[in-house]
Amino acid sequence: MVSSASTFGRSGSHDFILLRATAIIMALYTIFMVSFFVSADAVTYASLTNLFAHLGMKIFTMLALTAILIHGWIGIFQVLTDYVKKVGLRAFLQFVVCVALIVYWLVGLLVVWPVEGV
Amino acid sequence: MQKLNVSVYRYNPDVDNAPYMKDYTIEVEKNRDMMVLDLLLLLKEQDPTLAFRRSCREGVCGSDGLNMNGKNGLACITPLSALKGGDKKIVIRPLPGMPVIRDLIVDLSQFYAQYEKIKPYLINDDKTPPARERLQSIEERAKLDGLYECILCACCSSSCPSFWWNPDKFIGPAGLLNAYRFLIDSRDTATEERLNDLDDAFSVFRCHGIMNCVNVCPKGLNPTKAIGNIKSMLLKRAI
Repeated sequence: MVSSASTFGRSGSHDFILLRATAIIMALYTIFMVSFFVSADAVTYASLTNLFAHLGMKIFTMLALTAILIHGWIGIFQVLTDYVKKVGLRAFLQFVVCVALIVYWLVGLLVVWPVEGV
Repeated sequence: MQKLNVSVYRYNPDVDNAPYMKDYTIEVEKNRDMMVLDLLLLLKEQDPTLAFRRSCREGVCGSDGLNMNGKNGLACITPLSALKGGDKKIVIRPLPGMPVIRDLIVDLSQFYAQYEKIKPYLINDDKTPPARERLQSIEERAKLDGLYECILCACCSSSCPSFWWNPDKFIGPAGLLNAYRFLIDSRDTATEERLNDLDDAFSVFRCHGIMNCVNVCPKGLNPTKAIGNIKSMLLKRAI
């Protein structure tokens, strides 16, 4: 058994399940957003704020951002452990990426949650 | 007679500063096919310093795994006619991703270390072993087909990018094919322990199923399928 502290899941199978589950959420969110932009007569500030004012949309968006956080964490860990062989550099890069992912999540929360319809 | 152009990877660490490709021209009978190993033996007559491994010369021992015109295989059972672009030039290199000891001979220590990790032997904690032997039904025995035939030639693992990048952590297709061979053996009782040893981010899950291993296996085996089965066993246990 290879021990690795820097990935997200507790085990290889946990990582595997998280990657697929988060991929489903991201795919659904992408399909939803693309169909919104395609089907809308005109995308305006009002139509977007009304969309994001809905509680379901706020939760869906935060769910998608959480999925991006987890998916990105595991995915970047996999790519970095493949291609970056210097341990110090790899740890630094993963630190930067994971901090960025957490910042995206926090900013997403602060931006999306207070939205009220017009 | 016809002339064959052959380019061979050469490296002798005692003499050479760096590896290089050496070109040879060799005359062979026209319209006559031969195995790559026969060609190497002819080259060795021309240049006795050329080093390579070979033993059984019939695809059983797995000693002469090489990269021939970009594809891994056993030199003794690969005809020149099967090489892609072989009519123009034949390029022979050692198995990729492995440390080179000399010329076409690679160091397989890491490959064997990964094989050792999967405990490639039957483990049975039966307190009262049968007097004569552990019998299997025909169905139980059939599950081992397509797995036990592996000869550990390393063609698959050395064609796998995941093994190139993490040869110390990822078991590799050959080791995992053998791991599955013991996981589904009805006489083995250590299934849980074996799965515990494999359930990390590297050992099994670094396989992304690109199937290079299936493409090159000289015995026609399917390590990707075996790895998929191990993943299923791990996931069924986890959920």
